[in-house]
Amino acid sequence: MESFLNLTIKVWHQKGPTEKGRFESYKVEHISTDSSFLEMMDILNEKLIKENKEPIAFDHDCREGICGMCSLYINGRPHGPDDDITTCQLYMRKFKDGETITVEPWRAAAFPVIKDLIVDRTAFDKIIAAGGYISVGTGGVPDGNNIAIPKDIAEQAMDSAACIGCGACVAACKNSSAMLFVSAKVSQLALLPQGKAESKRRAKNMVKKMEELGFGGCTNTRACEVECPKNISVSNIARLNREFLKSEFSE
Amino acid sequence: MSNFLSVSIGRKFLMSITGIFMMLFICVHLTLNLFLVFDDSGNLFNVGANFMSTNPLIKIMEPILALGFIIHIIWAFIIYYQNYKTRPIGYAVTDRSYSSNWNARNMLVIGALVLTFLVIHLINFYYVIKFDSAAMGQVTIDGTQMHNTYALVAGLFKGSVIYGILYMTAGILLGFHLSHGFWSAFHTIGFNNENWIPRLIVVSKIFAVIVATGFSIIPLYFMIKF
Ligand code: HEM
Ligand code: SF4
Ligand code: FES
Repeated sequence: MESFLNLTIKVWHQKGPTEKGRFESYKVEHISTDSSFLEMMDILNEKLIKENKEPIAFDHDCREGICGMCSLYINGRPHGPDDDITTCQLYMRKFKDGETITVEPWRAAAFPVIKDLIVDRTAFDKIIAAGGYISVGTGGVPDGNNIAIPKDIAEQAMDSAACIGCGACVAACKNSSAMLFVSAKVSQLALLPQGKAESKRRAKNMVKKMEELGFGGCTNTRACEVECPKNISVSNIARLNREFLKSEFSE
Repeated sequence: MSNFLSVSIGRKFLMSITGIFMMLFICVHLTLNLFLVFDDSGNLFNVGANFMSTNPLIKIMEPILALGFIIHIIWAFIIYYQNYKTRPIGYAVTDRSYSSNWNARNMLVIGALVLTFLVIHLINFYYVIKFDSAAMGQVTIDGTQMHNTYALVAGLFKGSVIYGILYMTAGILLGFHLSHGFWSAFHTIGFNNENWIPRLIVVSKIFAVIVATGFSIIPLYFMIKF
C-alpha cells in the first residue's frame, strides 16, 4: 500500500575530477513508497533548482534496468538495498520513514569521479577493445541447424551475455576487481563456436588490460555475484581463470 | 609464459598451488599429531615422529614445503598491497557482510595470525628437534633408539595452560583460513563450475571443521587429562 516518507539524503558532492569532494545532507518530504529511487532524486533536484542551487549529477538512461547506466552506492551497497536490480529499479518502499540515506559514487581508482555521483566507466570500453569481440567477419546469417549448439551451452552463454556493464561488481569488490565483468564477456564468446577460436588470446589480453587500468585482482569473496543486478555467476571467473592459465601454459 | 607473475591470475595461481600443497602437509601433520592422544605411553607418536625424521622422502619434501610457505606468505602481502591500492577513496558507509563472509575478506589478517603462531611453534618444537635434540632425551622402542619427541610435546601442554590455549586458538584460526582457502584454491586454478561451487564450499567447511577440531583437541586432551 502506498505511504509517504520524510527522508534525509546524504549525498556526495564533487565539482570535477580534480576537485575535493564532500557530503551534503538534504531533506525530502512526502516521497511516495511507490516512486523509484531515481524519481526521488528527481524530486530532490527539482527542489534544488527552485532554490537556485545546483542539482546533483547522477547517471541514468533507460530507467528500465537494461542499459547499465545508473550507478549509485546506496547505504553501503551498489544499486542499494535490494537484490538483482539496478538503481533505477530500486523503489522507495525499501526505505523507512525518517531514515538517512547515504548516496555515494562507485569508488575505484579505475572509475574516477567526473562530477558528484557520475564516474567515468570508459575503462570498461577499453577492456572490451582489448579483445571482447570476434575479429573475423562471420558473413551472413547461417542456417541455425548448421552449427549445433547444445541447449545448456547456449543458455550459459546467454546468461553471461546478460551483463550490462554497470560496474556494480567493481563497486562491491573489496579489491575493486573487474573480474566478474571480464569473465562474463570472455565467457559469452568462449562458449560459442565463433568465439572459441580466439578465446585464449582474448582472456589474456582482457585481463592484462583490466590490470593496466588499475582494477584489482580477484580473491574469490563473491561479493560481486551477490550485488550484480544481472545475477552473473562467479563460475564465469573460474572459466576465465581456466582460459587464462591454458593460454599461459600452452606457450 | 611471459610475465606470468605480472598478471593477477598468475600470482593467484601461486597462492593456490602453495595453498593446496600446504593443505596436504596439514593433513599429514594432523594425522601424525593425533597419535599423541591415542597412546599415553607416547610410543605411537615417537615411532611416527622417528619415521618422519628419518624418511628420505620427507627430507626432500621439507625444503620444498618451506619454500611453499615462504612464497605463500610473501605473495600474500604483495597481492594484498596491490589490491589495497585500487581504491584510494573509500566508502563512508559499507554493508559488506551482506554480500561476503568475514573470513573471505580477511584472509591476510587470519593468515598473519597463523604466521605469528607458526614462529612460536617452530621455536617450541622444530628448533629443539633440529638443533637441540640432546635436551629431549632418548627412548628405546622395539630395540630402536630414538628421541623422546612425545615428552617434548606432551611436556609443553601438561606444563602450560597458556600454550594450550595458544595452540587451540591457532587451530581454530587455521580452520577459518581454510574454510575460504580450500574452495578458493580450486576456483583459482579454474577447477569449478555452476555445479561444483556449492559442493566445494560444503567440503571446504567440513575440512575446516576437521582441521580446527583436530588441532585444538590435542592441547585440550592434555589440559583435561593431566
Ligand atoms: C598452514 C598454513 C596455511 C595454509 C594451509 C594456507 C592455505 C591457503 C589456501 C588453500 C589459500 C587459497 C588460495 C586461493 O585462494 O587460491 C590461501 C590463501 C591465502 N592465504 Fe594462506 N595458508 C596458510 C598460511 C598463510 C599465512 C601464514 C598467510 C599470511 C601471512 C596466509 C595468507 C593468505 C592470503 C592473503 C591468501 C589469499 C586469500 C585470497 O586470495 O582470498 N596464509 N591460503
Ligand atoms: S557483471 Fe554484473 S555487476 Fe558487473 S558490470 Fe556486468 S551486470 Fe554489472
Ligand atoms: S538507467 Fe538503464 S539500467 Fe538503470
